[in-house]
Amino acid sequence: MLSVHNLTLNIGTFQLKDISFQVSKGEYFILLGESGSGKSLLLESIAGLTKPESGQLFMNQNEITHTQIQKRNVGLVFQDHALFPHLTVEENITYPLRIKKISFSKIKESLAELATEMNIVPFLKRYPETLSGGEKQRVALARTLILKPDILLLDEPLSSMDVSLKADLRSMLRRINQKGQTILHVTHDYEEAISLAHQIGVIHNGQIIQTGTPHEVFTHPKNQFVAHFGGIKNFYPATLELGTDHETTKAHLNEHIGIDIFTKHKTTKGFVLIGQKNILLSRTPQPNGVMNQFHGTIKEIVPASMGYEIVVDCGILFYVSISSDSITTFDFKEKQEVWLAFNPSSVRFIPG
Amino acid sequence: MYKNNSIQWLFTFLGGVVLLFLIAPLAGLVFHSSGTEIADTIADKEVTYSIMLTLATSMIATTIFAFFAIPFSYLLARKLFFGKKIVLGIIDLPIVIPHSAAGIALLTVISKQGIIGKAGGLFGLEFPSSSAGIVLAMAFVSLPFLINAARNGFEEVPERLEKAALNLGASPAKVFFSISLPLAWRSIVSGLIMMFARGMSEFGAVVIIAYHPMITPVMIFERFGAFGLKYARPVALIFIAVCLVFFVLLRYLSNPKKDAIRS
Repeated sequence: MLSVHNLTLNIGTFQLKDISFQVSKGEYFILLGESGSGKSLLLESIAGLTKPESGQLFMNQNEITHTQIQKRNVGLVFQDHALFPHLTVEENITYPLRIKKISFSKIKESLAELATEMNIVPFLKRYPETLSGGEKQRVALARTLILKPDILLLDEPLSSMDVSLKADLRSMLRRINQKGQTILHVTHDYEEAISLAHQIGVIHNGQIIQTGTPHEVFTHPKNQFVAHFGGIKNFYPATLELGTDHETTKAHLNEHIGIDIFTKHKTTKGFVLIGQKNILLSRTPQPNGVMNQFHGTIKEIVPASMGYEIVVDCGILFYVSISSDSITTFDFKEKQEVWLAFNPSSVRFIPG
Repeated sequence: MYKNNSIQWLFTFLGGVVLLFLIAPLAGLVFHSSGTEIADTIADKEVTYSIMLTLATSMIATTIFAFFAIPFSYLLARKLFFGKKIVLGIIDLPIVIPHSAAGIALLTVISKQGIIGKAGGLFGLEFPSSSAGIVLAMAFVSLPFLINAARNGFEEVPERLEKAALNLGASPAKVFFSISLPLAWRSIVSGLIMMFARGMSEFGAVVIIAYHPMITPVMIFERFGAFGLKYARPVALIFIAVCLVFFVLLRYLSNPKKDAIRS
């Protein structure tokens, strides 16, 4: 379906570098990256609104790098919806068909079908300025879908919505994709990516640094940026050294901190990942013989959706999830000295 | 917020002086003209012909040059090019130079020996002392008002909307006519009205190009010089009244009724 080869693009001081990825027919591909990482620019260059410096774009094996915007059949839904303010919702949606001089009856038929499917019928005669964010997004989607594009490009479609609207729109996007519509969607929200994507590409500083299924990307993050982006905080580069017992392996996180892990990997370099909930936090040390026990100071206590996240400085920062009850019971406070411990079996090593 | 504030009273007083300065001459015209004078002037065919000529030439100048100026304004709003600032300066030139000087400058190119004059001659058109010359003189001094208003209007249309239309399959021409032009329309209409108004009130450039046929500003000057204030005043009053009626009407027509659903 869509194939991007070594795309490079310069806009002022910003650069997209050597971008390559593929989106298969019917696939839901999400490009995940921070604001300013070049995601929107990449979509615009696929749509033909921005010319790349080098590289090639293919759609169904046909090169479209230099094809006119209006002949690409690539539907882009802008982050701010870009609805035409002087046209009603109905006129906005039918705009692509009216300019192609499609017959009135066919326009009416397509409009009725889409408007019903996307629950737009009640406000067809209204102007965009009177619509809510969610309604505008549905209209923008309908206006693009009426063209039956080969690929639907979505620029942060859920960014300006509240939680309940997000859930509705997510299920709508899922439905659209299930009907066979190929989608390339850019977002900064990894939860959005997990809930929708078949494939993910992580973009950072104008480069795609990892692609794969959500499971692959978030269980085997390629580097610290990907891990942090996926909400994995205890992710550290490590150098391995086989333990004297030949069962455990010592993973050195820095000069002073080495942790015991179980791994069959023979490589010496990689990353270790420790689940936040797998770390035990206490104000006194655990009995002798406990592996992976470190002394540190509480740097920060941050309220989280399921309790609290405690940041402990042990020379490196460890992030620990803890329930509201535990924080009351143990009376944890910032700047307090604490001990943390975790089992070698709860540490995952990813060769890198 | 500024209740009982002395500075507010001072500003109100200063504003009142400005308003009085603007209103007093117009009120003077009204109070010093008798009904009989006005009725006689309206019945004067020279006056009515002159007003019709003024309205018609200004309308023609606005219509013809709008076809060139509006697309040009779009270009100025959207494109960066070498020497753009110089081009913008040239556009504003007619506003800053004395209009009699503008008339002289224009005469050098539209007289029989001038480039435009020679080209017009090929089609049997003569510009000095003709309605065609008046049209050119009016256009010369009033074009900046249209170009600047239209350029501002196009600049306010978000480029994203044009990109969205292109992405939806519209050609650049279609984007211009279906998105950019309708969205900039209010500013363009304002520019058209300003150009029309400025053309109608032009005296300096027109009097150099064509004393005859006589547009109303020239007629007011001529009657004042030949017969005095008493004879110039009713013509001025009637011309101002006609102008006011036209502008109110044009403003009304250019502001489409707000759709009930929109509000």
